[in-house]
Amino acid sequence: MEIKKGVAVSPGISIGKCLVIDAEDYRIPRRAIHLTQRLTETQRVRNAFKDATEELEKLRSEQKELKVRDIFAVHLSFLKDRSLRKKITDMVQDEAVTAEYAVSKTLRDIASHFAREKDIYIRERAADIYDIERRVLKYLVGGMRQDIRELTEEVVIVARELSPTQTASFNKDYVKGLATGAGGRTSHTAIVARSLGIPAVVALEDITESVTAGDTVIIDGNRGIVIISPDDATIQQYLEYAVEFAEMEHRLDAIKEKPAETRDGVKVSLYGNIEFPDEAELVLKRGGEGIGLYRTEFLFLNRDTEPTEQEHYEAYARTVGFFKSKQVTIRTVDLGADKYTQSRRYIREPNPFLGLRSIRYCLQNLTMFKTQLHAILRASVLGQVKVMFPLITNLQELMQAKMIFGDVMEDLDDEGIRYNKNIEVGIMIETPAAALTASMLARDVKFFSIGTNDLTQYTLAVDRGNELVSTLYSSVDPAVLRLIRTVIQDAYKARVDVTVCGEMASEPEQVMLLLGLGIRKLSIASPMIPEIKQIVRSVTIEECNSVARKVLSMNSERQISSFLRDSARKILPEAF
Amino acid sequence: MQVGDTVRNGVCEIEVTIKNAAGLHMRPAMQFVDIANQFQSAVSVSNGQTIADGKSIMQMSMLAATCGMKLKITADGPDSSEVVEKLRELVEVKKFGEPTPEEAKGQF
Repeated sequence: MEIKKGVAVSPGISIGKCLVIDAEDYRIPRRAIHLTQRLTETQRVRNAFKDATEELEKLRSEQKELKVRDIFAVHLSFLKDRSLRKKITDMVQDEAVTAEYAVSKTLRDIASHFAREKDIYIRERAADIYDIERRVLKYLVGGMRQDIRELTEEVVIVARELSPTQTASFNKDYVKGLATGAGGRTSHTAIVARSLGIPAVVALEDITESVTAGDTVIIDGNRGIVIISPDDATIQQYLEYAVEFAEMEHRLDAIKEKPAETRDGVKVSLYGNIEFPDEAELVLKRGGEGIGLYRTEFLFLNRDTEPTEQEHYEAYARTVGFFKSKQVTIRTVDLGADKYTQSRRYIREPNPFLGLRSIRYCLQNLTMFKTQLHAILRASVLGQVKVMFPLITNLQELMQAKMIFGDVMEDLDDEGIRYNKNIEVGIMIETPAAALTASMLARDVKFFSIGTNDLTQYTLAVDRGNELVSTLYSSVDPAVLRLIRTVIQDAYKARVDVTVCGEMASEPEQVMLLLGLGIRKLSIASPMIPEIKQIVRSVTIEECNSVARKVLSMNSERQISSFLRDSARKILPEAF
Repeated sequence: MQVGDTVRNGVCEIEVTIKNAAGLHMRPAMQFVDIANQFQSAVSVSNGQTIADGKSIMQMSMLAATCGMKLKITADGPDSSEVVEKLRELVEVKKFGEPTPEEAKGQF
């Protein structure tokens, strides 16, 4: 039994056999398998070689450059080399290691054999071997990996880091928990786990080197603990925890039908944040009143080409179809500073988070932007659709985006396609620039949505994923709170709606503060909806106002955090 | 067959010298195994230290045979003399379709 401490990012407890996923571009650790798995792993080696061969044959037949064709022919010859495959499958058999380890180790050994030679022609072969290694590994550990998509029993997934491609290919009925070595509270793994309502623990460092596929693993997403090969007493204890937790969840579920209203009768609206259309149902199940943040980047993730207008439309139509008259706020693509855009650049941006991302990326890729807007407008007749532009930093950007939106509306007019001409347009407030000029921006929008994650990162100049400075990151830092207050006040003055859709809205301790600052609309991950509703129902606005007043008079983040924790503990003791 | 080549019980053995400037790099190794794989006989190649399976590009390329190096090719099977002859032709006559050191100099 081994206990690993990480960061809890999605609540719940799950106990299951683990499936370990390695990262393609990372050293594959030596990992033992159970003797009974050797046949499966051998078959995985064969399948990966077969898939890589097919891919390469296709590439070769499409390739016109003779020299490149020759290189591909050599690689094919390696892939078809029985003695190479045998060396790898023998290693799986004799040493009982995973397919990816055997492939990587064998090919890297060959490459280093070449790299040691004096002759320059021979030394250069090492690069060919690494290329072959990457191609085969892609089929073993990439998002295309068969065994993630074709799960037939419940598992918990242990990985160094999960890419959006990998999580998008999960069979969501069978994945019961996630544990990763890397990551933070706002990592992709965390977001996906919360939206699926499964427990997750991240920042477990070398976890993938401590587990063997098939080991029993407990993921405690409440305390941030992962237990590898627990003993019977521990399993028993955790089964009891799981029951207790389920009971609490059940109590929260019971308030689903009750309104999110404070004790003194002030109505608060709770919406869900979603990424995939199939999460929409979960929002309704948990009592959400609609979608406050529909992230649309997933359409770009599982693929190498841009999605078509029809693909955009189908995803939106499906989601909007669930909600009918309830609002669905679609955020236009927030790409940039990610693998999709960075891998398409000739020169990587030195500082992508201050670079061409989000609305800036859209405004420079107009065809892509218009394709999405066209699909959103088409879907607008199916329900209550709103559109939201992310990462606005100045009025010009907003006006430009609105002008393009207007152009697309004219296109639809010309094409004779129906759409909601009164569709509401809003923006995310996630930069200090937007927060400080909220009063100006307010004249041209119907609503604001405060994205507290980016707003905190940009205000405090802290990368939350960088452990050297991550302790400086806090959404309740006095600087961030002053900006949030400004936005809310300006929104009230201009009579535009204001929602909080960042992590902050789903932090139980911070909800009272947000209500006290004047927020009446929160958009959160669906599993958090009952808990946040419970908090709303337990407080009075008078109490919240007094919390906010006190917090705004405090001058240190630490003081604010501990004050908020104490205030929340008095109201909802069982959540803390 | 030339003097010095031996044939017994379907085993045929010859010695060849690498003549092309770049030696037995990837593409020549591929040509070699492509020919060896067209025959039934087992083919092995020795550089005096290591013996490689003449049908495996991995093993052949790992011989790291450079220009001027001598290799012993041994074939065992019903078509052993044919495969050996084809391989000799590839290495010494066609020289893998590549220039010798003298020809290579002329190119620059």
